[in-house]
Amino acid sequence: MSILIDKNTKVICQGFTGKQGTFHSQQALDYGTQLVGGVTPERGGETHLGLPVFNTVQDAVNDTGATASVIYVPPFFAADAIMEAVDAGIKLIVCITEGIPILQMLRVKAAMAGTGAFLIGPNCPGVITPGECKIGIMPGHIHLPGSIGIVSRSGTLTYESVHQTTAQGLGQSTCVGIGGDPIHGMNFVDVLSRFQDDDQTKGIVMVGEIGGGEEEDAAEYIKAHVTKPVVAYIAGQTAPPGKRMGHAGAIVTGGKGTAEGKVAALKAAGIEVVSSPTDIGVAMKGCL
Amino acid sequence: MNIHEYQAKQLFLYYAIPVPDGKQATTPERAEQVAGELGGDGWVVKAQVHAGGRGKVGGVKLAKSSAEVAEFSREMLGKRLVTNQTGAEGLPINSVLIEKTYPIKRELYLSVLVDRASQRIIFIASAAGGMDIETVAHETPEQIISVPVHPAAGLQGYQCRKVAYALGLKGTQIRALGKIMQGLYDLFLAKDASQIEINPLIETDSDELLALDAKINFDDNAIEAHPDILAMKDAEQEDEKENKAQQFGLNYITLEGNIGCMVNGAGLAMATMDLVKLKGGLPANFLDVGGGTSVEKVCEAFKLILSDHSVKAVLVNIFGGIVQCDIIAAGILAAVEQVHVGVPVVVRLEGTNAEQGRALLSNTGLNLYAADDLAHAAEQVVALAKEAA
Repeated sequence: MSILIDKNTKVICQGFTGKQGTFHSQQALDYGTQLVGGVTPERGGETHLGLPVFNTVQDAVNDTGATASVIYVPPFFAADAIMEAVDAGIKLIVCITEGIPILQMLRVKAAMAGTGAFLIGPNCPGVITPGECKIGIMPGHIHLPGSIGIVSRSGTLTYESVHQTTAQGLGQSTCVGIGGDPIHGMNFVDVLSRFQDDDQTKGIVMVGEIGGGEEEDAAEYIKAHVTKPVVAYIAGQTAPPGKRMGHAGAIVTGGKGTAEGKVAALKAAGIEVVSSPTDIGVAMKGCL
Repeated sequence: MNIHEYQAKQLFLYYAIPVPDGKQATTPERAEQVAGELGGDGWVVKAQVHAGGRGKVGGVKLAKSSAEVAEFSREMLGKRLVTNQTGAEGLPINSVLIEKTYPIKRELYLSVLVDRASQRIIFIASAAGGMDIETVAHETPEQIISVPVHPAAGLQGYQCRKVAYALGLKGTQIRALGKIMQGLYDLFLAKDASQIEINPLIETDSDELLALDAKINFDDNAIEAHPDILAMKDAEQEDEKENKAQQFGLNYITLEGNIGCMVNGAGLAMATMDLVKLKGGLPANFLDVGGGTSVEKVCEAFKLILSDHSVKAVLVNIFGGIVQCDIIAAGILAAVEQVHVGVPVVVRLEGTNAEQGRALLSNTGLNLYAADDLAHAAEQVVALAKEAA
């Protein structure tokens, strides 16, 4: 098994005919993802990349039976796209878009409560179950079907972890980029609990960064509920306070959200924390 | 994005949040005139810079005559103010705010911000105003009240009363605080603020509430939707290199070290800085060139890094995912030649076509080192920077 997505997952793309949507949809198709269509308002009825285009997510769901959607629309339209997917009954919504105003995400999150839909992102690389289904912008070829679950707030550090676990011959069960925004969908704990319940996953790599308190929450959760080995890395140990380090959510404010605090919390929970981002793969292998 | 105190107070007035009578001035003559217009027998002269901690370093002065207002303004204008929140270079004082003074009975604290943990807009208040709120939160957390606002319900009257009673307010002050909080909430939503802080909110001798200071930060992701706010931007208050980087879609932050870093992706960029430190060096900057790296972007990135003359060596760390490493290598070569890079450059390429990329960078006759792994690259750049220093 894997978590969240597998070879049977039917996916649609919102923002399908745009530049990003087109490029990454082609990549997903080449990878073998069951991409079954896309949505671009006013383009319904057309064919794009050999797949049907729909005016609305509801039309796409009715026609294709899709249960997952990936969003590549510009930031000021992304909240609308997420809500349209929720409203159409999509269960897994992956929002790649970077730069969504935080107040819009605040409302989206409140509106999603109780709907049963899950959101990954925004401002994330997406989710991949190697060899089965790729939803997002990650390079497919660096992945190897295997036993390590990876969860990360950063795109390129997810690739780095993938690269290292592939080089160690371990491979990945599923990799989830939860995104670099302060208000986002699934968090570390949501993903960790699924890895814990997944038979294929034998070890977990968790990549955090400065800002917020989700790594601390994860540390507590792991201590109480996760029996599988976890290797963690926290980026931003040299980041100056009060400065946003690229990601909207990567900021130390009022002495909170520091790398030291996160590392200390994880270590206190008995988790192996590597101090160098180059040691993730080796450390994971050593834990198994 | 940040704005000046005088601009924030103009916004406050529009949202019916009471502030002291005051006006901004850019010359000592005008400052003196303003004092006359405001009337009274005491004024405060406040340096307008995008940083706190002004009072401790002569950026806030009490004047007893309009001549003194002119004198203090002359001392401040055209100077740079260095506070514990600015760098060593400080920030330029291009204007001052002149305000009437008021007899203060108590100093309170009130702010509103987006709380990540609860995923709500929350108000934070304390009767211990005028102090650093983080110190208060740390030392006497019982003195902090916080009220989360549900986005569907909005700010409710009882929430304002709860804050008012906790602050020890009475009578007409209860409603006055409610109006201030509602004004803050409306302003926050209407202008996509990310934080508004009043420290201190004063209670005057006549029991009035006034926002003695005002600080507003806006959500950079939403700023395009607010041309009125964008028009308040004062580029001189920001790091020149960071501003330049923004124009080219680069994320750049100046740091103190001597090893320039150019990386794709924010997380990997932070990790690269950390690794440089771990290997005994100090990063000169954070720089995320973003996902779709082009020759132009790499050129601009090199120019930015090298405009910092303390840089003794550069580490380029690219994980080529969708973008192919050989194309990136060609871009680096073009950039190094175009920009006349004089310091050694260590390049770590990984991912798609990494070997072809590394081959392109070897034996170029340029001061380029193609590293085969990240740990090695970091060691190499630290050694090169030490040699050059």
